[in-house]
Amino acid sequence: MPRTLSKLIGNTWFFLGVAFFVVLAAFPFYWMLITTFKTNSDLYNVANTPFWFNEWPTLEHLKYLFEETLFARWLWNSLVIGVCVVAITLVTAIPAGYALARMTSRKGEALGIGIFLTYLVPPTLLFLPLSRIIAELGLQNSMWSLVLVYPTFTIPFCSWLMMGFFKALPVEIEEAAVVDGCSLFGAFIKMAIPLSVPAILTVVIFTFTLTLQEFVYALTFVSSSDQKPITLGVTTDLVRGDVFFWGELMAGALIAAIPVAIAYNLFLDRFISGITGGAVK
Amino acid sequence: MAVIAEPVTKPVSRFHFFLDRREVLELFLVAPAIIYVLLLVGLPLLLAVYYSVSAYTIYDPTWKFVGLENFVDILQNPTFTKTLANTFIFTFGSQLLGLVLGKFGAFLLLQPFPGRKLVRALIVLPFVIPVALATIAWRWIFDSLYSVINWTMIALGFMDRADAPNWLGDPTLAMLCIIIINAWRFFPFAVVIFLAGITAVPQDVIDAATVDGAGFWRRNYQIILPMILPIMTIGLIFGIVFTFTDLSIVFLLTMGGPGGDTSVLGFAGFQTGIVSGDVSHGAAISLFMLPVLLVVVILMLRFIRRREI
Repeated sequence: MPRTLSKLIGNTWFFLGVAFFVVLAAFPFYWMLITTFKTNSDLYNVANTPFWFNEWPTLEHLKYLFEETLFARWLWNSLVIGVCVVAITLVTAIPAGYALARMTSRKGEALGIGIFLTYLVPPTLLFLPLSRIIAELGLQNSMWSLVLVYPTFTIPFCSWLMMGFFKALPVEIEEAAVVDGCSLFGAFIKMAIPLSVPAILTVVIFTFTLTLQEFVYALTFVSSSDQKPITLGVTTDLVRGDVFFWGELMAGALIAAIPVAIAYNLFLDRFISGITGGAVK
Repeated sequence: MAVIAEPVTKPVSRFHFFLDRREVLELFLVAPAIIYVLLLVGLPLLLAVYYSVSAYTIYDPTWKFVGLENFVDILQNPTFTKTLANTFIFTFGSQLLGLVLGKFGAFLLLQPFPGRKLVRALIVLPFVIPVALATIAWRWIFDSLYSVINWTMIALGFMDRADAPNWLGDPTLAMLCIIIINAWRFFPFAVVIFLAGITAVPQDVIDAATVDGAGFWRRNYQIILPMILPIMTIGLIFGIVFTFTDLSIVFLLTMGGPGGDTSVLGFAGFQTGIVSGDVSHGAAISLFMLPVLLVVVILMLRFIRRREI
């Protein structure tokens, strides 16, 4: 009896702990969700219980978001930026990752670490000179400036990720292809790339989510509403002076966050093994 | 490594012949990435250093060299000293809190229980969604009038509406808020890192220690902890670097307020360099990140290398 009792108490504590973490992590999302569908009179009444609907749920915030703001345009901009950056990243990072993995000298390893370290150079250090470069190129206040700049962090990260993958790919496969008359470059294109489809998919997803998460460069380089990506548009355009449109803000944030959350969740383990490299043996 | 295949290749054209030399091909493949990064990370970095020793503003774009004048100006400004201190408090406060939460979270997720996958998916949410959007949600949670935290505490009878805290209006509370948000954002990362590290520790090592009489604490701190130290270190590098240079949380939550009490380096650099157009001073402020980042990265890399030997 005392044994079952102490087990019961232990279990209770355990699940209380789990519940604490779930609430801590997920509450802001619940809050976005419930705010999205609440009427303004319900939101701005301190006498109401805030955790649930005191009036019928409404779609007015979503309607306002799509009809009266540039929200749809921001979604489109983010999609265009994301697709372009993914394309640039793929054509540069896959070959780079491959070359770094196959370099036999220590130079390859040093080069790989060097490229990866540039991922750690923060936007807040580079935004001033980059805004000058962007002005020189005539891209100021345009979303194309972001297409140019975002690969500066996606290329280092994805080259590193691809390098890790290609290192695990047996070099004998390519050597066999070469023996059969394939050129070295052909072996890379025809053997290594088809075998690395899962890694390439990871790179695509990560590049896309990294572009959606970025805020600092977008804030610095883009100020016209119709050029903003989704994260910037939602967080800066739905605030007029001191007035926050909380319903619309939360609705916009929720819509932008859901796809990123799902995609990232699916690929999180690869992300972690990517950045930690060989630290787990 | 012996490249057994090379003699068999038959050059079709000059170009192909060129690419069939391994070193040339490798250079050719890695070049685009390196050029991109050199042009848009390396060059701007040098430019930032040059800005910081010039008198460049967007109103008067000269390249006049002024030496360390900008740095002297900045260091004499008491607001900047506060900004620097805030940056350290923000970084280390949130990393410490994040690590503690991460350790406990990982400890819970190590045991199997029904629904563990779902719980993990929910717990990692703060790390996976764009921080700017999460910060906006927190701003609503910390709202001066409609804060759900205050509402709950009033409803539970802990306080009166008259003396409910104004989270973002009080200097100490505002700092606490940005620390909480950043710790909230990074703790799932710590959880996942701990889990990845602990599950990589071979079970036979733990078993052997148990047989040799190591108890729970000894196993945890003398066997498991040293083994997961490298991966933890890398996680911590990321946390520190991204927190120390952060701009979005402060920009969207407090705008450095009240009265500059939550201003951090990234935010100050943005306000001076972009908003006020004083590029040279802005660049000088941002460059204060560089030594700290270098020290952190070098220390950590060295530390990891020593571990591996």
